[in-house]
Amino acid sequence: MRKSLTTRQIVAEWIIENLIRLCGISAILFVFGIFFFVFREGAPLLFGEGGFDLIKFLTSPEWYPSSNSNPRYGILALILGTASVSCLAVLISVPFGLGAAIFISEFCGPKLKEGLKIVIELLAAIPSVVWGFIGLTLMKGIIESVFGVPFGLTVLNGAIILALMCLPIIVSISEDALRAVPDSYREAAQGLGATRWQLIYRVLLPAAKNGLLAAVLLGVGRAVGETMAVLMATGHAVNIPIDGTPPYFHALDSVRTLTATIAAELGETAQGSPHYRVLFLIGIFLFCITFTINLVADLVVRGIRKE
Amino acid sequence: MKNQKSIISNLFTLGIVTSAIFLSSGCGGGGSNAGGDGKILIQNAGSDTMVNLAQAWSEKYATIEPTVSVEVAGGGSGTGVAALINGTTDIANCSRSMKESEVEKAKTNGGKDPKEYIMGFDALAVYVHKDNPMESITIQQLAAIYGEKGEVTKWSQLGIEAPGGKDEIIRLSRQSNSGTYAYFREAILGKDGDFKLGSRDLHGSKDVVETVASTESAIGYSGMGYATDHVKMLKVAKKEGADAYAPSVENTLSKAYPIARPLFMYTLGEPEGAVKAYMDWCLGPDGQKIVEESGYVANPTD
Repeated sequence: MRKSLTTRQIVAEWIIENLIRLCGISAILFVFGIFFFVFREGAPLLFGEGGFDLIKFLTSPEWYPSSNSNPRYGILALILGTASVSCLAVLISVPFGLGAAIFISEFCGPKLKEGLKIVIELLAAIPSVVWGFIGLTLMKGIIESVFGVPFGLTVLNGAIILALMCLPIIVSISEDALRAVPDSYREAAQGLGATRWQLIYRVLLPAAKNGLLAAVLLGVGRAVGETMAVLMATGHAVNIPIDGTPPYFHALDSVRTLTATIAAELGETAQGSPHYRVLFLIGIFLFCITFTINLVADLVVRGIRKE
Repeated sequence: MKNQKSIISNLFTLGIVTSAIFLSSGCGGGGSNAGGDGKILIQNAGSDTMVNLAQAWSEKYATIEPTVSVEVAGGGSGTGVAALINGTTDIANCSRSMKESEVEKAKTNGGKDPKEYIMGFDALAVYVHKDNPMESITIQQLAAIYGEKGEVTKWSQLGIEAPGGKDEIIRLSRQSNSGTYAYFREAILGKDGDFKLGSRDLHGSKDVVETVASTESAIGYSGMGYATDHVKMLKVAKKEGADAYAPSVENTLSKAYPIARPLFMYTLGEPEGAVKAYMDWCLGPDGQKIVEESGYVANPTD
């Protein structure tokens, strides 16, 4: 019954095969294309255009991009803004995320499990601008009345919003990692008379540690790259939230992040101006941070597969 | 019979699709192009301060001249000028005058000089919370609060007991592509002055007023058209000991109020056709009445 392929079929086969190949490669092309574009716009500064000083760029807290007399481009305050909001967000979301993942994978029944997973995925579907609204209106009032501060758009506000946004990533990847631990481990531990807590603490968490670390790192990557919600919730003030007086870190100060600065200022700048190039340089800087985080997370996940 | 019906419905769909394509292609051409249904589209973008005013003009004009539709967008004066230079808007709203570098760019890009129109005046009001006991402020005090070298960070330094016992002054400012930001900086700190870092930079004229209304120890600046019952506008004096004036129509026209500015519209070259008719109408008595209704000061020379 089987006939040999007609010419038409061979041609169609060839076209479809190459089309699919193109789709596969296109992702790589896009990533490199974006990197090339961002680098091209920002790079002239790195090669000394306009007497640009990279050390000063990274270590000066003075951000005066539109000054008439003396424009200064120092992003230290912005770096610390991003770092403080992201770190606090991770500190909040990791205990909740891990706890939720352990509960979903080890404790709850199948019906509750399905329900919880759907709701957590729903959390990921909320647009970031809506999170920003919650920060701007609801959280602002709560923080003002709970902590008695005059202005509620703060590091803490942004961090809580970001923590909620990172939570779905942390929960679902951690849960995958816990589920990947073979049941024989659980059975062996229980056979030796381990309690549930001992099982989780001594067996499951060590066995799944690479996956859990990857979950946290991807959460950090999300936190660093998020723009709209932090733009709205952190108060957008060029300010270093760390100083020499106790408690050294002021979670109730307003800050501004790297991403929010690009979003707020890029629309105005003339193409090719120093301000424009500096914003692209910030973009390169962000790209490097998230690239490193994702790479490390990827290597960690690869580590699990080998075991 | 059934077959016939489906042919008719197919034809009907086809008709809708073709007319939709025709319509959309006709409208894309900018101010001087007539569309398939004879409707002319004028693009108008820029200053956030002027966006309510521009919207009011556009809505009223639609009832007078139904064949013309004016599409208004905000985004900031800098955004509007950039759109004019790039040719994506017919009219740019601007709450500051165009910089020389921008005029040069417009000339090289579009081959024409931008033409400036004064559409009205805006007094830039200094807002505080309605429970704040302060009534007036001097330019020097504003410079001490907002300026890079200013020392004032607490209400008590101004001799004011802030409402709610919160002494720290929450400075509200605007994002740096705002014409209001540029004008306020120049009016308070001079041409070469810079703001003190650490101000909360908000993204719209209305945001500033709303944030002042909800924050007891805040101070902010915004167009006087955005005033509400929940905030207080301070009287402003040129210097210590001089009379302080409220931001009002009379004080703006007499130039007694120190931080008032003209509101501009720019076109690339001499406007023609529908754009010219629209500009003439905005500058005429009907348009200027809307300026007053929007809370600004009409241009008395027209």
